[in-house]
Amino acid sequence: MAISKEEVLHVARLARLALTEEEVERLTEELGAILDAVSVVGELDLSDVPPTSHPLDLVNVWDEDEPRASLSLDDVFANAPERDGDHFRVPPVGT
Amino acid sequence: MIDTLRLTAEDARGLLERREISAAELHGAYVEAIAERDGELQCYLRTCEEPSGEGIPIALKDVISTKGIETTAGSRILSGYTPVFDATVAARVKAAGLSVLGKTNTDEFAMGSSTENSAWGPSRNPWDPVRVPGGSGGGTAAAVSAGLAPWGLGSDTGGSIKQPSALCGNVGLRPTYGTVSRYGVVAFASSLDQVGPVAKTVRDVALLYAIISGRDPLDSTTAELPEAVALPEGDSLAGVRLAVPKQVADLDAIEPGVRAAFESALETARELGAEVGECDLPLSYRYGMPCYYLVAPAEASSNLARYDGVRYGLRSVAGSYDEMVEKTRDEGFGAEPKRRIMLGTYALSAGYYDAFYGQAQRVRTLLVREHRDALEGFDAIVTPTSPTVAFPIGDKAADPLAMYACDLLTIPSCLAGLPGLSIPCGLSEGLPVGLQLIGPQFGENGLFRVGHALEQALEFDIVPERLR
Repeated sequence: MAISKEEVLHVARLARLALTEEEVERLTEELGAILDAVSVVGELDLSDVPPTSHPLDLVNVWDEDEPRASLSLDDVFANAPERDGDHFRVPPVGT
Repeated sequence: MIDTLRLTAEDARGLLERREISAAELHGAYVEAIAERDGELQCYLRTCEEPSGEGIPIALKDVISTKGIETTAGSRILSGYTPVFDATVAARVKAAGLSVLGKTNTDEFAMGSSTENSAWGPSRNPWDPVRVPGGSGGGTAAAVSAGLAPWGLGSDTGGSIKQPSALCGNVGLRPTYGTVSRYGVVAFASSLDQVGPVAKTVRDVALLYAIISGRDPLDSTTAELPEAVALPEGDSLAGVRLAVPKQVADLDAIEPGVRAAFESALETARELGAEVGECDLPLSYRYGMPCYYLVAPAEASSNLARYDGVRYGLRSVAGSYDEMVEKTRDEGFGAEPKRRIMLGTYALSAGYYDAFYGQAQRVRTLLVREHRDALEGFDAIVTPTSPTVAFPIGDKAADPLAMYACDLLTIPSCLAGLPGLSIPCGLSEGLPVGLQLIGPQFGENGLFRVGHALEQALEFDIVPERLR
C-alpha cells in the first residue's frame, strides 16, 4: 500500500515533526512497506466484533477523596528548559 | 570473594541474613564487576557507586523514573531529565530494602528488539559481544547474565522482557497486564506496557514479582492479585498439561537449532510427568504482528505527544513556539520513534481510523478469545520465545520489518494481556534458546511452578561460556 510524499508531509504536520527532506524520502518508502504488512487486518469481516481497548475486565474501584500533597513549584520547574517566575517560558506564539 | 556471575538473589539474601557479608560489600562487588566488564558490554547508562539500601542490589531499566537519578528511556529528547519522584515500582523495590545499582540501556522509548535503537549506542550480548542482547530491555538482561546485577526490572510491550531474557539465557516474566503499576514508567503503549522481573532463576523472578505487584492507587489500571505469590518448589510436572500451538510446526522463521532445543525441552517436560498436547492459534500468528504494529504505534503517537520542549527534556532553539516544538521533536527523537509516531498518527487520522486502528482493536478481541479457547484444558501454552538466537549487531538495523519479526512469538499473548515466562532451555550454535510459557490471566504461580520444575531438570548453565 503506497503512501504519497504529500501524505507523509501531512502526517508529519499532525505529529508536529519537522522532518528533513531525506527523512521524508525514507519514511515514504518505509511506511509504505509497513502499511502493506499491517493491511492484512483488513481481510477480516469484524462488523460483529467489539473492539478491545484494555485486556482486563476491570470494575471501578472507589478511593476516598483525600487531599494529598502535590509537587512543589520548584520540583515542577526542576527540569524546565526555561522558567520565568511561576511560568514556563517559550518562544513567541503565533508569529 | 563473591562470584557475581553465579550468585542468585536468593543466595545473596541468605548471605545478608546470616551476616556473612554486608550490603555495602555486596553492592561493591557488583560495582567492581561493572567496572571490569561493562566497558565492553554497555549494559548501564548510569551506575550508583554507593548502596541506597540494606538489601540485595538491583538494576532498573531506564524507562523507570528514579528520583534524583537521570532517566532518559534511551532517548536524546530526555537527556538530562532527572525525575523529582519515584515510579511506584522503584518506590516498592526501595521500600523492600533493595539497593539500586544503576539504570540499564534500552531501545529508545522501549521500541526495538536489539537495543540498537538506543540514542546512547547498543548493549552487547555477554555470550558473544558482536551480537545483540535483544531488546528493548537488553541492558537489564545482559547485566544479569554477565554478573553485573543479581536481578533487574524490565518493561514489556510486545516482548521486551521475554525476548532479551531468551537471547541472554536468563529468566524473564511479563506479568498479567494490570498486576504491576505503570505509574512513573515512561509510557510507550499504555494498554500493553507492563513492568516485570529478570533474574537468574524462576524463584528469584517470583520473589521480585511479589515485591512489585499489586494494586496501586496511582495507576487506575492495576488490580490486586487474586492469590499471593507462591515461591515454586518441587521437580514434578505430574498432572500438568502443556499445549504447543499447531502453527509452531509450520513457522519457517524458527531456526532449526531453536526448534531442536525447544523439542528437547518438551521431551524433558514429558519425562517430568507433563502431558504435552496441541492447541490452535491460527489468527494469532497471522494477525498478531499486524495488529500490534497498529495498536502500539497509535498509542505511542499519543503518549509521545508530551515531548514538546516546554516543561522538561530537550529544547531546540527556534524563533517561534511552533518551530521550537517541531524542531525539538525532530532533533530529539531517533529514527524508530519517528517511524512509530508517523505510523500511529496515520492509523489514527481522519479517514483511516476505522480501517486501521479500529480494525486492529477488533482483531485484538479475536486474539483474546482465541487464547482463552486455546488454554481451555491446559495449564500453559509453550513455544520458543524467540524464533532465532542472538543475531549480530547491524544485521537487522536497516530493515524495520525484519526487526519487528523478532517478536512474532511474544506479541500475540501480550495483546491478549496474558502473562508469559521465558526460561533458558538449551543452546544453539553456542547461544541461549528461550522457552516461553504462557498462562491464563493471573496465572503467574502456575508458570512459576512449571518453569521451576523444568529449570531444575534442564540444568542450563546461566553463566556465558566465555565468562566461566
